[in-house]
Amino acid sequence: MRFFKLLMLAVTGLVVTLGAAQARIVVDVNRGHADPLPIAIANLLGNENDIISGGSVKSYGERIALVVKADLTRSGLFRVVDNSAFIKSGNPLTNLRNPKFNNWKAIGAQALMNGSIALQEDGRLKVEFRLWDVLGSNQMTGLRYFTSPKNWRRIAHLMSDAIYKRLTGESGYFDTRVVYISESGPATARIKRLAIMDQDGHNHVFLTNGKNLVLTPRFSPTAQEITYLSYHDDNPRVYLYNIDSGKQEILGDFPGMTFAPRFSPDGNKVIMSQAYKGNSDIYVMELSTRKIQRLTKHTAIDTSPSYSPDSRYVTFNSDRGGSQQIYVMDATGKNIKRISFGKGRYSTPVWSPRGDLIAFTRQYGGKFYIGVMRPDGSGERLLSESYLDEGPTWAPNGRVIMFFRQQPYDKQGRGGDVQLWTVDLTGYNERQMITPLDGSDPAWSPLIR
Amino acid sequence: MLEKINGVKYWALIGSALLLSACANTDGEVLDATPVEPAVETQEPVVAEPTEDVTSETLMEDMDTQESLDAASEASLIYFGYDRYDLSSDARTGLQAQASWLQAHSSVKVTVEGHCDERGTREYNLALGDRRANSVKNYLVALGIDPSRIHTVSYGKERPAVTGTGATSWSMNRRGYTRVN
Repeated sequence: MRFFKLLMLAVTGLVVTLGAAQARIVVDVNRGHADPLPIAIANLLGNENDIISGGSVKSYGERIALVVKADLTRSGLFRVVDNSAFIKSGNPLTNLRNPKFNNWKAIGAQALMNGSIALQEDGRLKVEFRLWDVLGSNQMTGLRYFTSPKNWRRIAHLMSDAIYKRLTGESGYFDTRVVYISESGPATARIKRLAIMDQDGHNHVFLTNGKNLVLTPRFSPTAQEITYLSYHDDNPRVYLYNIDSGKQEILGDFPGMTFAPRFSPDGNKVIMSQAYKGNSDIYVMELSTRKIQRLTKHTAIDTSPSYSPDSRYVTFNSDRGGSQQIYVMDATGKNIKRISFGKGRYSTPVWSPRGDLIAFTRQYGGKFYIGVMRPDGSGERLLSESYLDEGPTWAPNGRVIMFFRQQPYDKQGRGGDVQLWTVDLTGYNERQMITPLDGSDPAWSPLIR
Repeated sequence: MLEKINGVKYWALIGSALLLSACANTDGEVLDATPVEPAVETQEPVVAEPTEDVTSETLMEDMDTQESLDAASEASLIYFGYDRYDLSSDARTGLQAQASWLQAHSSVKVTVEGHCDERGTREYNLALGDRRANSVKNYLVALGIDPSRIHTVSYGKERPAVTGTGATSWSMNRRGYTRVN
């Protein structure tokens, strides 16, 4: 687990602001999918003869470019121009600072990323890139990073984030990770393991061995701790998992099942449900003191609580009105208001990190949907639909939602696969995440610092 | 049900030597399905045999099994309606049989599992499964079973009994299961 700590430490960035001018090109995150921006991502220039573990420095430059391309393509907002179309002329080193804009214009690229990679004497890599507005013949941004070679993927994601931010005006989400439940075996005896990976599916690590049933992991705001549900001898309880140390500990000493945990935005509390003698209510625990406060007291099921980013409110799921609906209350448990009024059942509300929307699961007419609505219940939009879509989680920029989708079984008993999917807030760009086994219960990390 | 079980026990005692040697691994089935007939057939040779080397304790221990409870109470299972946790009359009948069995096996502790179909979200189903397990427990307690003998656990939609899409599969997964600890 020290691996992750190393990842956290070793990346430093430095802005190179050579002649950055007013951008002429802007990617509209709401309309971009209809007309993705053509962008050329050149391989980072590097020395073929400098060999480090895993290949030459030049090959690292190529791999970093590939990861950037994959990130930008997956966002749905960019169309990466094929390298084979590139027009090669002039001195590559000179071109780094003075791109031949007409050549890029000629192949239809509106933006260009180029850069270089070099091995320093201290064994670290120096990576720098520039983003160019091809039509305006201007540099839009440039950044330089120093890192140990094994962090090369993070460098690529940080570059993607910088490009995405400069071109869309929104912060990125590529330098993030996802914790989720890896599933295998028949549904009647499913093996579930906590697993963590980069948002593009790489650097995949299993955190538990599958002996205990585990569910619903969620990141702390620092992305260094996970709270989740684990079964031990028929006693399902909320646990904390420290990614650095691998240490797991039970949270609190509740007589009943604790479940549906989630961190408060400051990371100091965990809000969750306790089911005691058949009734589920919402509780919050202060992590430093382990002091517990009960927030709801109702014979209905109250579960799936999620804080607003300013910590003032909590949205949750309750059947107190007769069927499952979404409610919002003050963080003290007062002023409980129902916000969902459409047909069917609403559940798993999750507040957007931007605060402007609540994502949810809706069941209606034999189908499951992922949707969003404003915290006052207005403006409901459904983003995905299938036999079983469930459990939305937000990218830290509040533009992309990940969830899981279960396939139905056919008459021969085939099917039932469970996979992670992403969809844009626009409802476009639905994509399956590739995981080693089946996957469910995803939770997106905040941007890694 | 209680009488039946006692009758079984009686026959089991006097027929123990042969039963143990002939059907050692299927005691529960033989005893429950047709308790009288085989015992009558074997009555004579058993009476002639000494029985001191077989203790009744061994048999009692055998009886405290999941197989015995399953046989006495519709496989220790009861079923629920969609998003429901109230007990149907069938469910009550099944639980009455469980309660009789538990009274006759007073040292047995059980875990009641509450299960759901997949047509609900994970966390809600955990809460619903807890409601179902407690419905079962409360009824057993009302029938005179000591609550300290009954642990409850919700498995939500995590452990379906059957896989499959459609009303039949789903209804078989909305269940309470009483497991002998």
